[in-house]
Amino acid sequence: MNPERIAEHIPRLRRYARALAGDQHAADDLVQDTLERAINKGHLWRPGSDLRAWLFAIMHNVFVNQLRSRQAHPVDALDEDALPAVAPTDGARLEIRDLQTALAMLSPEQREVVLLVGLEQLTYAEASHALGIPIGTVMSRLFRGRERLRLLVTGAQPIPALKIVK
Amino acid sequence: MKLSEDELHAYVDDRLDAEGRRAVEALLVQAPEDAARVAAYREQNAALHAAFDPVLDEPVPDHLRHISTTRHAPRVAVAAGWLALGAVIGWFANSLLTDRPHALLSFSRQAALAHAVYSPEVRHPVEVGAAEQEHLVNWLSKRVGAKLRAPVLTAEGYELVGGRLLPGESGAVAQFMYQDGKGKRLTLYVSRLAGKQRDTAFRFSQEEKVSVFYWIDGALGYALSGELPKADLLNVATTVYKQLNP
Repeated sequence: MNPERIAEHIPRLRRYARALAGDQHAADDLVQDTLERAINKGHLWRPGSDLRAWLFAIMHNVFVNQLRSRQAHPVDALDEDALPAVAPTDGARLEIRDLQTALAMLSPEQREVVLLVGLEQLTYAEASHALGIPIGTVMSRLFRGRERLRLLVTGAQPIPALKIVK
Repeated sequence: MKLSEDELHAYVDDRLDAEGRRAVEALLVQAPEDAARVAAYREQNAALHAAFDPVLDEPVPDHLRHISTTRHAPRVAVAAGWLALGAVIGWFANSLLTDRPHALLSFSRQAALAHAVYSPEVRHPVEVGAAEQEHLVNWLSKRVGAKLRAPVLTAEGYELVGGRLLPGESGAVAQFMYQDGKGKRLTLYVSRLAGKQRDTAFRFSQEEKVSVFYWIDGALGYALSGELPKADLLNVATTVYKQLNP
């Protein structure tokens, strides 16, 4: 495969990675690993098939591996700005208006589907292919992810991870 | 008839034909809650584009562009590069193959850890900024107990961000931080070493993603850390060493 053809997709891979990973540094790491893998596995790509969907599939695998290794080795450095900027409001409710913060609060599985469909405009079938899951699973993650995002953005949903001590 | 979730989302994502759209719209008129969700989900899509489409216009960093235009053949070139790099390191570090003292190894590890902790800091990367460089250097010199200097790495593309004081095994340690135009950071960790040490050549250590070149010069131990290729880091380390030993 012609590597220049992969290069054409870098801007869109970066857009998706930025939304998925949260910060630029982590996102470009994700893109870098994806590109390296794509180059090394170029012979596995079927000519005529959708190169972009194939690259998203590779990025999904890289992302899942990164999540796994991050769980195995907790990160030392905390980037303050990457943490959810939340402020307590009435009682136990926390409002989140910031989209990126809300995205970070979706499960990685929901975030991938919401972004592939909503931002990258993959069809449900393409998303199912890229993530290696049945289309029904794509749909249920999409339903839950979008609804969770809606509730988070409107502030209707408290953040379960944080406990407010009264 | 009730609107299914599948149809609702397909409508949001414009995946229906004209007939399907009309059918969904007819049902939405009677279901204000579903209509509100459709509006909210469409807003989500628009908000995602507004937030992340600007990434499409950002220039692609060289290191990413480079990967995709590198064919398989350059593997040989890469290997040759490593050989050349090995030769360079060997030239600097004629004692590289001798045993690495534990104290020195842990010194490089501490430097890498300090780099990993402070270099991603957005709001408080340093305690004293480069604007107060004279104060910074005097203060750190006094606390570390040796005359320190902050090398000028402008020619290598790095500007001083500032510095901070850290606790080390044998007392106070100074950390100077540098940053290039893309926000890539390097840190120079300087510690006064306990006991009498003999000068060493450059040594290299890789701690996770952080590459470290470290050496002893007089009573001070230096470690230059960064997440960049060895050869580039070596280049900067050489400049630092030369400036500190004019």
